[in-house]
Formats: sequence, structure tokens, C-alpha cells
Amino acid sequence: MHMSDALVSPAVGGTLWVITSALLWYCSRKLKGVLDSIRVPLMGVLGAFIFAAQMINFSIPGTGSSGHLTGGLLLAIILGPHAAFIVISSVLVVQALFFADGGILALGCNIFNMGVFPVFIAYPLIFRKMVSEHHSKSRIVAGAIIASVVGLQLGAFSVVIETLLSGISSLPFSTFVLLMQPVHLAIGIVEGFVTAAVVIFVWNARPEILGGLKPANSGALSMKKFLAVFVVAAVVIGGAFSWFASNNPDGLEWAIYRTSGSELEAPERNLYSPLAVLQDKTAIMPDYSISKTSGEKETVWPDINSETTIAGLVGSLLTLVLTFLVSLTLRWKLKPSK
Amino acid sequence: MNIGSVRDDALYMDELSQKNSPIHRLDPRAKIIASVFFIFTVLSFNRYEIFALISFFAFPVFLLVSAELPVWYLMKKVIIISPVVILIAIFNPIFDREAIFVLAGTEISAGWVSFLSILIRFFLTAGSVLILLACTGFYEVCMALERMRVPPIFVMQLLFLYRYIFVLLDEGSRMVRAHALRSFSDKHMGMKTFGSMLGNLLLRTVDRAERINCAMLARGFAGSVTMHRRIKFRASDVLFVALWPVLFILMRKYNFSGLIGNLLLVIVK
Repeated sequence: MHMSDALVSPAVGGTLWVITSALLWYCSRKLKGVLDSIRVPLMGVLGAFIFAAQMINFSIPGTGSSGHLTGGLLLAIILGPHAAFIVISSVLVVQALFFADGGILALGCNIFNMGVFPVFIAYPLIFRKMVSEHHSKSRIVAGAIIASVVGLQLGAFSVVIETLLSGISSLPFSTFVLLMQPVHLAIGIVEGFVTAAVVIFVWNARPEILGGLKPANSGALSMKKFLAVFVVAAVVIGGAFSWFASNNPDGLEWAIYRTSGSELEAPERNLYSPLAVLQDKTAIMPDYSISKTSGEKETVWPDINSETTIAGLVGSLLTLVLTFLVSLTLRWKLKPSK
Repeated sequence: MNIGSVRDDALYMDELSQKNSPIHRLDPRAKIIASVFFIFTVLSFNRYEIFALISFFAFPVFLLVSAELPVWYLMKKVIIISPVVILIAIFNPIFDREAIFVLAGTEISAGWVSFLSILIRFFLTAGSVLILLACTGFYEVCMALERMRVPPIFVMQLLFLYRYIFVLLDEGSRMVRAHALRSFSDKHMGMKTFGSMLGNLLLRTVDRAERINCAMLARGFAGSVTMHRRIKFRASDVLFVALWPVLFILMRKYNFSGLIGNLLLVIVK
């Protein structure tokens, strides 16, 4: 579900950056003073755990598609929404920097899609409401599944909206939605089951660990007991994962692959037009041909004839060669004299 | 991506950031600001832009060369994750069929132009992010973030996560190797094996976390991490932050590749 920089426009990316930064700031303020010493390494461990879990894809039975645990709901149940949001954000930052999974501008979108929905909507409005009064097994399972499904559906829909508003991709809304939502419905159900299995286990053995399940502020966590409980939980997850683990493509990739494989209708581009016109108006050199006087016509498309095309091609090639030559000189110049 | 290669990858990125080049010595804030500016400028072009984007390769290539980073390795990293973008970008030629380009008598549709544009954007942005980390280092990034008024709790979480990721991946890859050696490299790990491996891995990691927590408390951890390495904004940093963004703005306003191409054509004629 990671969105890439290349498909995000500065307006969309920037807006979500502002929103997620404000949320991070708010969560940090909420945690200030409440943070006990054990919680600091605990958040780190759980972040690393989620990081590892996200690398394992599980296949969705009967579809040939696969997805990975986003872990947002699980983190919210263990740590509470504020700490969970910080942990999810930190995992996404590391993924973006080390593996270019996502991107700098898309980071706001990714934190929003994968952090906000499970932590601030699915967990408090669905899971907690369903589970907090009666902690029965069936309620936890139902709560986790519904919360996961809602969280992932909102996240997937948000990916569609953000991609559409960015106007870089030509994917029509209906096609994109029709493929994203069902795939993430399946992922959500599986995610719900896995989350429920862990939560039920932890709840049976050490209910106070589930800090987010009830408001009681228990004292410092017993690391040994937490460890014992979580190891078994890890075995449960591990078992489920090894069953589901596969090399199939990610749900998002699969959704798109399926669309490209099917018959497609006439192109529709009207969604992008207003943005393009705006960009064209703000652009100083909308036309490639510099010899002409600019502003002859205002079209959505850059007016390109073959001459300017050749000029562009030649220029691009030359720019690359120049860049390369300058770099070589630089490298030679910068070589430390031994 | 298996756990071993991810670990090696992260470790190698860390290793790269330890180099001592003029770029590595720059203040991390300078590099972050310039990179963010770069990404914003690249992405601000309309979706049919190709040629003007080419001149933006100057920035990553400059960093690659002067920071002496392995070009092919970083390129491979970008290529590995490219399917995610290509799978979305490939829709542009399908839905956007209007011909806007005539090249040697062949009509090229707008969709293919924007497809190519997305690919160039992707290489520029993903590449620059990896380069930023490889010539800065995660600790330095965290240090810069702290100075740039990012909430200290979040910076602390990043530092802890970073530390534990290495511990976890390190232990994990050792276990995977041990399993491979004992199972004649059977790639299909059984459910029982996999479950106990992941469980053991978490056990070791949490065990270590507990020890670190005790060690931290013994050393007077009072809820915040103090980073001792100092960063200072020097003249070279000011120059770096001043020059590159100005160049980006110029490249955004004037299509350098187009200019050079036209100039050449005029000379040829």
C-alpha cells in the first residue's frame, strides 16, 4: 500500500505532510510525562517486530494475491493510539530512507493511509467500542476483523483519492476503486484474524499488557511476563504466516496487474484537466520550443512538434553527457591527495 | 527480499554513510533541505514533462560522484522497487491515447510520454532518497531532525527502532542461515520451524531490550536521549543550501536540456 513519490503531486503530498506532522506533534505531547522508561525500548522493539512482519507477504486464499500485515491495529491495542501512531510513523520513515519504499514527499500520505485509519478510527471507534465492556473471545475476533477491514478499506480508498488528486496517473477512479477495495477487503479479514489471535492470547495470559484495551493505567510492565506471552504470540503469528507466506505480488500490485490484463474502455482524462490548465498557466516555459514566442495558445497539452522533440532529445542526451563529464572531473579533483 | 538480504542491505547503507567525503562532512540539515527542495521541484512539473527533468540528474549524479557512492548498487536498489510504480504508470498509455508526439513519422501517445515522465521522476526521487541516506547516515538524520524541532519522542523512537532493527535482522539472518545449513537449503520452511524461529528471534530481541533498559537506567536514563556528536552549520553548508535550490529553480524555469538541444541544432544548421 506504499505510495511512491513519483505518483504524488506536491500539493497532495504537502497537505498530508502538514496533517501528519501535526498529528505526530499532538501524539508526542500526549505521551510526554506518561512515558515510563520501559515503554521507550518497548516501542522500539515493537517497531522492529512490525518492520520484520511487514516483510513477510501472505497469500489471500483463492485470489493469487498477497498482502502483508500492516500491524497498525495490533500496535494500537498494545500501546494505545498515540504511541502506536509514533511507532508506525517511525517504521515508515525507516522504510522510506533505507529502501526507498514510499518516498519523502509521499511519506505524509503513507503515514496517513497506514497510520491514521487503523489507530485513530478503527481502533477507538470500532475495536474499543466492541470489546471494552465485554472481553469475550468472539467479541475480540469480531472487533479485530471489523476494525481491520474498516481501517484497510479507508486506507485503500485514501490511496485511490490521493493518486487521483495528484493527477499523475491516468487510472480512472472507478477502475482503481473496484480493484483496490476488494483486494484490501480480503487483506483486512486476514489481518483481523491474525490480530485477534495475538490479542486473545495476550488477553488470556496477561491482560494488563494490552494497555490500549482498557483505560486502567497499570504500573511498569513486567518484561519477563511480557516476553513469555509475546513469544507464544509470535509463534502463533509465525505459524499463520508460514501458512500464508508466499512470493505473490502485493495486493496493490495485483490489483493494478488485474486491471491492465482486462479489457479497457475508452480513455477519460477530464479529471486531470483543471490541474493541467493551472500548471500550464503557472509554467513559465510551457512550450519546449524556445525560438517561438510563448503564449500562442493555452492548451492542456504541451505543444510539441517534431523539431522541438528532436531538440529535446538531443539536449537531454547532451545534458546527461555534460553531467557525466563534470562529475568525472569533480571526482578527479576531489580525490584526496595521499 | 529475505531477511538476510535486508539486513545486509541496511548494514551496507550504514557503512556507506560512514565514508569521509566532502559531501559526508556536510551538515545533515543542509543535505536534507536540499534533497527535499529537489524532490518538490522535480515533482512540481506537469505530467508530460520529460526533457526538462533530465537536467535534474545533475544533483544525484553530483552527490554520487563527490560522495564516492557505488552507482550500480544504488541503481539496483531503485530498480528492485520500481515494479510498484511501473504497475501504476503502465495505465497511462492504456487510458491516455491521444497522440502528442511525432517522432520520425511515428505518433507517440500522451500516455507513453507521461509513463516515461513517471519513470524519470521515480528514478530521480527514489535515487535521491537513497543517496541522501548513504551520504548522511541515519544517526545524523535523526540529529538533524532533532535540531529541526521534530518532537524529541519521535526522534528517540527512530533511534531505538533503528538500533533494534539491526539487532532483529542480525539475529534473524543468522537463524535463517543456520536453518539453511541444516536443511540442505530447503527454501520452504515448515510452519513449526518458522513459528519457533520467529518466536525465538523475538525472545532474544526482547531479552536484549530488557538488558538495554537496565543498562540505560543504570546510566541515568531520564526519558530522553542526548546526542553528543555536535553538528555545526559552516560556510560550505550555507553554500550547498544556497546554490543547489537556486539551480533547481533555474532548471524548473528554464528547460536546460531543451536550450542546449536548440543551441546545438542552430549551430549544426
